[in-house]
Amino acid sequence: MATKGPINDPMIDPRTGEYAVIAPGHNFKSVTQKIAGIVLTSNTPLGWFFGLLVASGFVTGLVIGLTWLVLKGVGIWGVTIPGAWGFAIINFVWWIGIGHAGTLISAILLLFKQTWRNSINRFAEAMTIFAVVCAGMFPLIHVGRPWLGYWLFPYPNTMNVWPQFRSPLAWDVFAVSTYATISVVFWYIGMIPDFGTLRDRAQLPLAKYFYGILSLGWRGSTRHWIRYESASLLLAGLSTPLVLSVHTVISFDFAVAALPGWHTTIFPPYFVAGAIYSGFAMVITLAIPIRKFYHLEDLVTLRHLDNMAKVMLGTGLIVGYGYGMEVFMAWYSASHWEWFMMWNRMFGPMGWAYGILILTNLAIPLTTLWSRKLRVNVAFLFVLSFIINTGMWFERFVIVVTSLYRDFLPSSWGTYRATRWDYIIYVGTLGLFTFLFFLFVRFLPMIPMNEIRMMLPQTKVTRGGATAEQVSEESA
Amino acid sequence: MPPREGIYGLLAEFNTPSELVHATEAAHSAGYRRMECYTPYPVEEAASALHFHKTRVPLVCLLGGVIGVTTAFMMQTWVAVWAYPLNIGGRPLFSWPAFIIPAYEWTILFAGLSAAFGMIALNGLPQLYHPVFNAPNFRSGATTDKFFLCLEAADPKFSVTETRAFLEQFSAVSVVEVDH
Repeated sequence: MATKGPINDPMIDPRTGEYAVIAPGHNFKSVTQKIAGIVLTSNTPLGWFFGLLVASGFVTGLVIGLTWLVLKGVGIWGVTIPGAWGFAIINFVWWIGIGHAGTLISAILLLFKQTWRNSINRFAEAMTIFAVVCAGMFPLIHVGRPWLGYWLFPYPNTMNVWPQFRSPLAWDVFAVSTYATISVVFWYIGMIPDFGTLRDRAQLPLAKYFYGILSLGWRGSTRHWIRYESASLLLAGLSTPLVLSVHTVISFDFAVAALPGWHTTIFPPYFVAGAIYSGFAMVITLAIPIRKFYHLEDLVTLRHLDNMAKVMLGTGLIVGYGYGMEVFMAWYSASHWEWFMMWNRMFGPMGWAYGILILTNLAIPLTTLWSRKLRVNVAFLFVLSFIINTGMWFERFVIVVTSLYRDFLPSSWGTYRATRWDYIIYVGTLGLFTFLFFLFVRFLPMIPMNEIRMMLPQTKVTRGGATAEQVSEESA
Repeated sequence: MPPREGIYGLLAEFNTPSELVHATEAAHSAGYRRMECYTPYPVEEAASALHFHKTRVPLVCLLGGVIGVTTAFMMQTWVAVWAYPLNIGGRPLFSWPAFIIPAYEWTILFAGLSAAFGMIALNGLPQLYHPVFNAPNFRSGATTDKFFLCLEAADPKFSVTETRAFLEQFSAVSVVEVDH
């Protein structure tokens, strides 16, 4: 490995040939200043205002779309019989899948002691939460009367009506609400020590007050830290099965239905892998402009991009296996309807969608990601992450639409066509996601300072009480 | 409650975690018990020096999980069998495999919330006021790059002059009195 890449690149460790996790030359103070400075500066970059303005435009579109939906009902969408499920479920599954990489980075990589996660976990978690916000909106609005959405929850009511716990849609309520709650709690718990730092460094009284309240009075006591680390590990341990279960439950929405193209046992693992695939693509989509804009190349290094690209390669291969297995099982099951569905999916009137899916999800990423040169090529990765996100959206589209619009009886065949309101609401959620993300990078620490500190050479405790000079000599 | 008058303790500031751990170990072997380290990130060696090992957070988390799974499973059984029985394709009312999924989710929900809020409660947070914040140098470094050891006045071995002399033999940047 040591022979690859430019030899005199300061980011490459000459001994191992690996990229450095964070650039050398940082100390506790410089890291804190860099990250806290983004939040505490009184000079908001002009680009931030511009981005927020553009995102607000899309959010306005979303508000208009939702208002019209509430006034007119779901008839303004393209859903009809037989295509009774459309953009709402496609977007729901796509958005929640995007969120999964955040939990994976913050939980699974923490358990595996992958320290490279530390630079990217905070904004990946933020991405999770905002993606769940966008995702959760769709099941709520697709019921037609969103103001009665609370009927989905089990609560004692005067009608004596309770949810139907044998239904996958009731499982969704439990899975998604748990996922949202635990993600928010994990995210907040992770930020408490950083809020303490921001409180102590803030100059404006309002900022002192705001971060002071959020920090809960955190003072970095060692006994607190030990309980804190214990709670973090437990939350990570709980989030790991949670993230796998959430997308498994969502795949049950399909797999429990006795419909060709949905009723397959490959769905749970294949959905989870696809979710992580698109989630990492979204982390890359976000990380590349942010590190460029805020000059965070020292902390979010090429090593991070390389590792994330490797995860995408791995999950992409699982997704590819899933596609292959779907076709194989359709043929091997010798079920007439199953094989017709698959043939129609690949070569029928909606075959173009399957073609896009194969091209963007398999052909382009899985041929290029093998090359390390391309994995650390920032511009290429940025474009590729868009391609993969498009591909994953088309995967959901293909699964939902091509299984529904031509089912068992040719007499009941129809088609599905999304309306302008479908597009307005979908694009609106993209705007909402961006809008929330802009607020996040301005007001919250987007890289966990306390975790970055632990990766510095000065962190090491040496016996006999070494002084600062000795440590810096040793690390040099 | 420790007495409110007088000083809270003596706070020594260090530049490196190693110096802090060394001083803490020495303070423990000198017989001090009421003391605390303050660091900008978790220093496990400091916890060992304080002889603080066990937290009750995992226990709280476990209890939360057990309550979650029991609540969810019993609730679903009660709803499906007694409160609102529905005949779905002739399936048994007590169709327990379907109940596992919400029960599983609530196990995680309750356990996770218990771990998070249990940690906050066991730490005595939120506590917006604490005497160490009164030290002039604490807030400029404790959450950024400095390491503090506080020997508290509530310790029977504490004496302003002797404890100060004890702390000053280590390479502390400063030793300051902390008011209540």
